[in-house]
Amino acid sequence: MNIIVCVKSVPITTEAELVIDRTGKAVILEDTPFDINEWDEYALEEAVRLKEKFGGEITVVTVSPRDVKEVILKCLAKGADRAIKIVDRSIAEYDAYTIARILHTAIKNMRYDLILCGAQASDDGYALVGVMLASLLRIPYVTMVKGLELANGYVITVRELEEGFEEIVEVKLPALLTIQTGINEPRYASIMAMRRARQKEIISLDLKSMNLTESDLGNWIEIQEFLIPERKKKCIMLCGDANEVTTKVVEILKQRGFLK
Amino acid sequence: MGELRNATFDVLTKGRELAQKNNARLTAIIIGHNIGPLGEELAYYADEVLVYDDYKVKEFHSEYYRQVLLQIILDRKPEVILIPHTSYGLELAPSLAVELNAPIVTDVLEISFENGIFTAIREYFGGKLKAKIVLRESPHYIVTIRTGVSKSEKNESKGQITKIQNLYLVDMSYKRVIKLIKPPPETVNITSADIIVAVGRGIGDVKNLPLIEELSSVIGGVIACSRPVVDMKWLPKERLVGLSGKIVKPKLYLAIGISGQFYHVYGMMNSELIVAMNKDPNAPIFNVADYGIVGDLFEILPQLINKIKEFKGRLK
Repeated sequence: MNIIVCVKSVPITTEAELVIDRTGKAVILEDTPFDINEWDEYALEEAVRLKEKFGGEITVVTVSPRDVKEVILKCLAKGADRAIKIVDRSIAEYDAYTIARILHTAIKNMRYDLILCGAQASDDGYALVGVMLASLLRIPYVTMVKGLELANGYVITVRELEEGFEEIVEVKLPALLTIQTGINEPRYASIMAMRRARQKEIISLDLKSMNLTESDLGNWIEIQEFLIPERKKKCIMLCGDANEVTTKVVEILKQRGFLK
Repeated sequence: MGELRNATFDVLTKGRELAQKNNARLTAIIIGHNIGPLGEELAYYADEVLVYDDYKVKEFHSEYYRQVLLQIILDRKPEVILIPHTSYGLELAPSLAVELNAPIVTDVLEISFENGIFTAIREYFGGKLKAKIVLRESPHYIVTIRTGVSKSEKNESKGQITKIQNLYLVDMSYKRVIKLIKPPPETVNITSADIIVAVGRGIGDVKNLPLIEELSSVIGGVIACSRPVVDMKWLPKERLVGLSGKIVKPKLYLAIGISGQFYHVYGMMNSELIVAMNKDPNAPIFNVADYGIVGDLFEILPQLINKIKEFKGRLK
């Protein structure tokens, strides 16, 4: 069972104030920590579990305009056997088709039974790259997978729909699945495992070494400007220390008749 | 036969706005088997409805849907193709884009097509920023439209209904849709609650849940949550508010440690009163809340519980 897992290194912005740069076309992320995309973490864990059950090898592939060493080491520590990192400053990171084309070039001559991708990435939320890659490779795919089982050259998946509905879809291997969060409980990488990860194979590529030029890539979309979202309704911020704000909250709840 | 989902109307509304501005025709396509009067219903929202009825597409199968759409698109050459940003839409749209070599943007809020330039506005970084995107010039543009954000109104007159003859579809039996699974019967009904106390990843640990339970009990609410809480198995899925969970409209929605990604907001934005607490002053939840509190939950919550208890004690 050879598995390829596509992972993305994403900025962790949940508590960060995002600053748009002077061109308006980019966000300043120099001081923002990066980590493995949450969806990809579930995809990697699923791969490790399949490997533990059926044997085989896990290769992690990542594409980024900036250094991804920490994320790669984390993937290797969690159980991947080797990693291919394609880092090139000229990569248009917000153009999903460019990313899919680069992944396709890297993967098309590899041997695999299964490719796992996160269903989406936390930074752009496109949910595009996995299906684009499957389409370029001309292999079957299932998206939003939250459960899977292998049987006789097929993978039977549970995929997530809206409002609590799910469906069961079966595809023939080799196939690509995009993995939804919650499918498993991802393991932590121990310090020992992180140390051992440094011994594992990392293949470094860039666009030149892959014989890719700009005209080979997608460049389907371009960000014209980032904008700060307007607040739809006026949110009244309750200020003060814990004592003051809780007094204010109780006052509001009282006025609205919630404390009877 | 089924029914038209709300996501359909979001797409039709956006399509109509764009068509009106550009003096263009809006065509709706419905694919399925034994569709019945759904085509008639759609005709009130578009200039023309194409009905494709075939047993091969009796359930949503992305490969067959793609083949049908590709043939219709190559025949009719629409410049803009709008698809709902749903689980089905996302299983279909990216592969359609690759096949057509057409630029695609997903989860889009606004679209515009002026002077031959197609632009879209969508969110980034979990709703913390938006961006205006320009799509490369192309005979076709593909856009998936965020659901649950626009209202739809019927046209007074009905558009034309055109039945598409059965097309030749290449066998795609390497992929099989086996069955649809309905949500399991629930042990708690969060959709009928007047007061919901909802928690997110920001509560930090499952061991902090008793504090939330206490708050919920003193205020007479029901506990609900956002996606990470279910993913981490802190609460069961029946408590999930959002796209893949429940849509709630309580009188009071208390959002505790919820960042406010659209995935969650979709399920609660129509609550009557929203009070949000988060330690991040830039959390997108404050874009939909009526009242916001920035601070340490574990400092605020115990005091809040005590004050509510105190007040209720005085009422007795």
